[in-house]
Amino acid sequence: MTKGMSRIDGRLKVTGAARYSAEFTPAGMVYGVLVGSTITKGSIRLIDTKAAERAPGVLKVITWLNSPKIAGYQVEHGKPEPAKGTYKLFYNNKILFNGQPIAVVVADSFERALFAASLVKAQYNADPHHTNLRDNAAKAFAPEGDGTTKRGTEDAWKTAPVKLEQEYIIPSEVHSPMELHAIIAKWDAEDKLTVWTKTQGVQDTRDGIAGIFKLPKENIQVNSKFVGGAFGSALQVWPHEVAAILAAKAVKRPVKLLLGRADMFTSVGYRPYTWQKIGIGATADGKLVGITHEAIGQTSTYEDFNEGPIGVSRSTYACPNVNTIYKLAALDIGSPTWMRGPGEATGAFALESALDELSYELKIDPIELRMKNYASTDPESGKPFSSKFLDEAYKLGAEGINWKDRNAKPASVTKDGWMVGYGMGGGMFGAYRDKAAAKAILMADGTLIIQTAVSDIGPGTGTAMVTIAAGVMGIPADKIRFDMGDSSLPLAPSQGGSATTATVGSAVYQACTDLKEKFQKLIGNGGTDHPDYAAILKQHSLPKLEVTVESSGGTERDKYAFYSWSVHFIKVLVHPATGVVKVDRAVCVADSGSIVSPKTARSQIVGGAIGGIGMALMEETVIDHRYGNIVNNNFADYHVPVNADIPQIEALFVNKPDPHINPMGAKGMGEIALIGMAAAVANAVYNATGKRVRELPITPDKLVGMDLELS
Amino acid sequence: MKQFQYTRALTQQSAIEAIAKPGTKIIAGGTNLIDLMKRGVTAPDKLVDINHLPLKNITATKTGLHIGALALNSVVSENSLVLQKQPLLSMALKAGASPQLRNMATVGGNMMQRTRCSYFYDTTMPCNKRAPGTGCGAMEGINRMHAIFGTSDQCIAVNPSDMSVGLAALDAVAIIAGKKGERRIPFTEFHRLPGDHPELDNHLAAGEMIVGVEIPDNNFAKNSYYLKVRDRQSYAFALVSVAAALEISNGTIKNARLAMGGVAHKPWRLFDAEKALIGKPATEDSFKQAAQIAMQGAKGYQYNSFKLKLAPATITEALKHAAGLA
Repeated sequence: MTKGMSRIDGRLKVTGAARYSAEFTPAGMVYGVLVGSTITKGSIRLIDTKAAERAPGVLKVITWLNSPKIAGYQVEHGKPEPAKGTYKLFYNNKILFNGQPIAVVVADSFERALFAASLVKAQYNADPHHTNLRDNAAKAFAPEGDGTTKRGTEDAWKTAPVKLEQEYIIPSEVHSPMELHAIIAKWDAEDKLTVWTKTQGVQDTRDGIAGIFKLPKENIQVNSKFVGGAFGSALQVWPHEVAAILAAKAVKRPVKLLLGRADMFTSVGYRPYTWQKIGIGATADGKLVGITHEAIGQTSTYEDFNEGPIGVSRSTYACPNVNTIYKLAALDIGSPTWMRGPGEATGAFALESALDELSYELKIDPIELRMKNYASTDPESGKPFSSKFLDEAYKLGAEGINWKDRNAKPASVTKDGWMVGYGMGGGMFGAYRDKAAAKAILMADGTLIIQTAVSDIGPGTGTAMVTIAAGVMGIPADKIRFDMGDSSLPLAPSQGGSATTATVGSAVYQACTDLKEKFQKLIGNGGTDHPDYAAILKQHSLPKLEVTVESSGGTERDKYAFYSWSVHFIKVLVHPATGVVKVDRAVCVADSGSIVSPKTARSQIVGGAIGGIGMALMEETVIDHRYGNIVNNNFADYHVPVNADIPQIEALFVNKPDPHINPMGAKGMGEIALIGMAAAVANAVYNATGKRVRELPITPDKLVGMDLELS
Repeated sequence: MKQFQYTRALTQQSAIEAIAKPGTKIIAGGTNLIDLMKRGVTAPDKLVDINHLPLKNITATKTGLHIGALALNSVVSENSLVLQKQPLLSMALKAGASPQLRNMATVGGNMMQRTRCSYFYDTTMPCNKRAPGTGCGAMEGINRMHAIFGTSDQCIAVNPSDMSVGLAALDAVAIIAGKKGERRIPFTEFHRLPGDHPELDNHLAAGEMIVGVEIPDNNFAKNSYYLKVRDRQSYAFALVSVAAALEISNGTIKNARLAMGGVAHKPWRLFDAEKALIGKPATEDSFKQAAQIAMQGAKGYQYNSFKLKLAPATITEALKHAAGLA
């Protein structure tokens, strides 16, 4: 068993005592249900809500025809409508994607609202739509932000003695958290609002709502104490949240609005379908000459979503010549959004597959090839890395999986009728430290209360924060209360980009350090390292002692390049006749600085690895392009791994502090747990079969089509 | 969801009387029916709950094994008589759905489950099975999971059951009760091909209900296997599945049963391939030849042509497992 603290909220979660956003019932609450467009592009000609309005229990049906004006949507008089921007709910009769909300029905019970929603009938003027990236790649455009860059000579890979150029495709994936998105909106006064909603950041949600409804931030209270997974799907204010807030105002009662599983495919973003091409070349002894990384990702027609999948090719390896091209294809589908390992997970599939292909061309071991091109300083910025122990991670992982058992010749090993293969793939992600605040209060009974507005979408943030506080203060964890998920608490950024422990943890660390110093001052010099805080309070007749601090990174971020690193080692079994792939072993190594909370760190690696195996082997949003709708919008047809698909995952940590990032020396881990995994699996499949699958997921049909046989 | 009546049948007779009325459906485990009702695919006026009828028994008869229509999939799969006499059925059941679903689903309900074709489930899409005359969304659409045998120009859906593939292979008999009493039909003739009436999944007449199945005793217990190829290892429908049962004497095949799932509108029994196996040595070569025979008449569509390769490979693999060669 991994040492360290168990989840502080584990018992609440497994007993059902943890209350998620949908599980509150303010007095007088009613229910909203959305009606989605059944066409993909065009306009609403007629919308008949009469039957729904007459249905039992219905209070209100809101459509674009009767929607109250939303202040933040309005364009200044005389100014043109901006060409791009956030989707505006019920703004006009335009249909921009299949499943777009065209009405919200409010009724006195969920069942009645659901039934009435089925009675809303719309007639449309349909326009031709485009939902297939491959058919629309020619129309792709360069977005703002990361895109076309050049270091050294363009397309230098073409001049290399050993080279290859290949295309890689990842399909669109949906986040698929267990907990569905839900919001309860309650207006406390004409301009005062409380919401319980699934969000990765209560304060960002508060600010988003403030912008949309033009309310003062201080008039909005956002609560989200427990989140049942989000993976990036709860980093912005979505149309269903606007609908609930709007509806609550219209009916003058609190409104609860839950998305169904099918809605989760169209309403809260997804990882964009991305086509990539990599040209890569090396000298005969394996020194990289050049990489050209081109990508076209999908976005919506109304918003440009840039996740920069080509960045990995610039900073992962020491390569003198790297150029990137990144474009977006605007499709008639709702906007994509961040999904675990955004950008890098997509880019790393291509880069780490290409590197593997190159290793076979060169006849050099894939780890050795990476070590030959090991970057000790950031090749892009020229700055030293704040810390990088990826070489140690390679060693740990190679030992863990018994890499020496790998046969460099593909399709040469079988066991009990299954082809056996080994593969590896690496990941990297910026190690961020944002600004956050924390309040630490020592109560008369010796209890320590830590408060900050952070969310915990599952990694065990509370556990990590309590571990940090306990370490600084010398107070046992069961005497520490951690308050979070409440927008009125001290500043915290949204939980995303693997930055929470590094950011909020620093604030907690600082608050506790300062609080302890306050106590030290009270008792003067000569106090013990962990004094009896309650006794000191009593002695000084103080009811409590508290500290609030704000903490952020400083000039170190100009001096160093901050990254977390990972490497995944995979052993697969592939059945030559049926094309079934089984992941037999997975060893994942993280170089993410000091490990603050070993148990939750381990589970974070395990979760990311499973997400990566899903990406590699089964996840795919399937669209029928004739209609523009998603045909597998449920958990029976959209496959995520089940227990039977997943072996024991071995999570290993370099566990060496980053001396520059923050007082704990801890870097982020959430993204790197997934980044590189899909390539590791694909590379293992190649080693097992001699067949390279460059379009995910690697399902049995693709391998059967390749006629697997031992070489 | 439309409002509906719910009644509980206390006797088989009252259940049969109740279902004579149009718009009435039987509910047992409800694992499929409730989904269909939620999605608006079916909208009965009345549900008759038969869970309290005494149709749960699994008993050995003089000639075989009788399994009541309300026996749970999980119970049947772990039943000692089933494991001893018909292990193939146990394997097929365990390959289906998830443990949670198998704990709810009944044998009769499993026989009645409808296709998982996504065009059938999405009421905004064309589907001749759900709404006759509207066309087939899958024919030119996303048809990766669809049929390669016995299709019609109306429908290319597949029956999703694993249990039924096992029962079809094992010469099971479906016992059906109606107003006029009981009738017995071969399991292979219980389900239909789509033809011009894809809205009909089986030959159950109006006012009839399944009360049980019987499997005649056989000599297959030692050499049988159910192989299901799917996108993940649990809770996924078959790309292709094969139920294989052999009777082998001194290395020679005396008798054989083969049925496939995931390839047709009904469990697809491979009579010709079975015949071809009899008298042959139990070797991979024999199995490959049988698999080729089994594929006669197969037709692929845009996304499911891989089944033309996967199906014979799966037949061969299943036979190898059954014969102890894999």
